[in-house]
Amino acid sequence: MPPARSWRSYPQTYRLEAGRCTSCGAVYFPPRLICSQCKGREFETFSMKRTGKVLTHTVIRTPSAAFAGDAPFAVAIVEMDDGVRLTTQVVDADFEEIRIGLPVKLEFRRVYSEGDAGVINYGYKAVPVRS
Amino acid sequence: MRDVAVIGVGMQKWGELWTKSIRDVFVESALLAMDDAGVDHIDSMYVGSMSPGIFSSQEHLESVLGDYLGQPHIPATRVESACASGGLAFRLAWMEVASGISDIALAGGVEKMTDISGSDATYALATAADMKWEGISGVTFPGLYAMMAVAHMDRYGTTREQLAHVAVKNHANGSKNPRAQFPFPVTVEQVINSVKVADPLNILDCSPITDGAAAAILVPADQVKNYKRPGVKIIGSGHATDSIALHGRDDLTTIRAAAEAGQRAYEMAGKQPSDIDFAEVHDCFTIAEIVVSEALGFFEPGQGGPAAESGATAMGGKIPINVSGGLKSKGHPVGATGVAQVVESIEQLRGEAGERQVKDARVALTQNMGGSGGSCVVHIMEVM
Ligand SMILES: [Zn+2]
Repeated sequence: MPPARSWRSYPQTYRLEAGRCTSCGAVYFPPRLICSQCKGREFETFSMKRTGKVLTHTVIRTPSAAFAGDAPFAVAIVEMDDGVRLTTQVVDADFEEIRIGLPVKLEFRRVYSEGDAGVINYGYKAVPVRS
Repeated sequence: MRDVAVIGVGMQKWGELWTKSIRDVFVESALLAMDDAGVDHIDSMYVGSMSPGIFSSQEHLESVLGDYLGQPHIPATRVESACASGGLAFRLAWMEVASGISDIALAGGVEKMTDISGSDATYALATAADMKWEGISGVTFPGLYAMMAVAHMDRYGTTREQLAHVAVKNHANGSKNPRAQFPFPVTVEQVINSVKVADPLNILDCSPITDGAAAAILVPADQVKNYKRPGVKIIGSGHATDSIALHGRDDLTTIRAAAEAGQRAYEMAGKQPSDIDFAEVHDCFTIAEIVVSEALGFFEPGQGGPAAESGATAMGGKIPINVSGGLKSKGHPVGATGVAQVVESIEQLRGEAGERQVKDARVALTQNMGGSGGSCVVHIMEVM
């Protein structure tokens, strides 16, 4: 990935920054310039909650080239406690353990490395919250 | 707006057409359509092609294809809406004729997918998902539809066997289609025991990588009498978009763009789901057909799985779906698929579908979808 493209998303991939519409409260990850709900254009940046729950999930057994070394791995759509939804890998978990409603938290992890130079892309992955 | 009819269609046998270039593949099917219509020239054309840049290292496709079709200088447009590119090209050709700008428009679609490696093809297709915010997870297209399947199974009790029944039915239909890439039957056991791709979807739940093209010729309905073939009228057209990322949608068990596009087409046509005699829908994965059959109103939410299992969507059932074999058996050259759905519909409505013929078919619906449902195009056609 071109370095500028990675750099632009550091606020989200490293710091989990989302946008909240100041007029209606709708949340966007990544932040946007106009709100789909109320057409408002004022947003406040906030760092979203690290905890949430699994809405749906799968195990990728035939991956794309960039993730070839990682398969099989689990992927889920997760809803964070402040309403943001995102798609993320679920790690440090047995596949059988992953179910709809499973409480998870996001951690900062290596996502993939690319090219001979070994540029490493970091980002978020979900892990189960164990009480 | 003028009423518009289709007077000719064409499509070669699909598969791995390694001796043919993207130009040859397109022109072959386009000429079949022009011959069927009995025309040697067209006023304009729209060609759906998702990613000739990656699959064939060729952008600016409209220039290449207009020239190689022997129609120099015509207004030609390449249309891109991922796997809905073909359906959208058909809609734009319909608008072109309806508006009065052209009297003979060609709607086509083409994709030449097998020249590049499987992983490069997977990458090309992945660009129809949210490359940044879904891509970060390593999720694939089968993975996105697998997550719809898991959500649908959880809410409605849809079963692994019901998913398999979609593939079994479509392969049974496709085995009667001489142009299908995989014209052979499969069993529920074969589907369930095939190689795992993204749980719960296996390889036999997925549509294949295919080379192919399809084309249709559109004219004003009141000019059909000037041509040799019977016309089939386009009575409804609906188009809708949605968030490209699956996680951006409120309900993970439906495809809102299909429901919206369907509603718009039904309204324009003055028809209801119960008026449709058969439908060609976008079964890129088995779960997709189940979800779409609900979104289009053929079945209540949650009843798409039982319907597939009971035979309600099979030939002779309440609403035969994918009598051509669907994407699953016929093949899925992404840009061509939406137009191939039209080809099957026209042949059925003209009573020329041979062994696959739906008895007394008068009204057909086609539904073509991009990505995980980020775009959708629906058409309704009726015998004149
Ligand atoms: Zn707002």
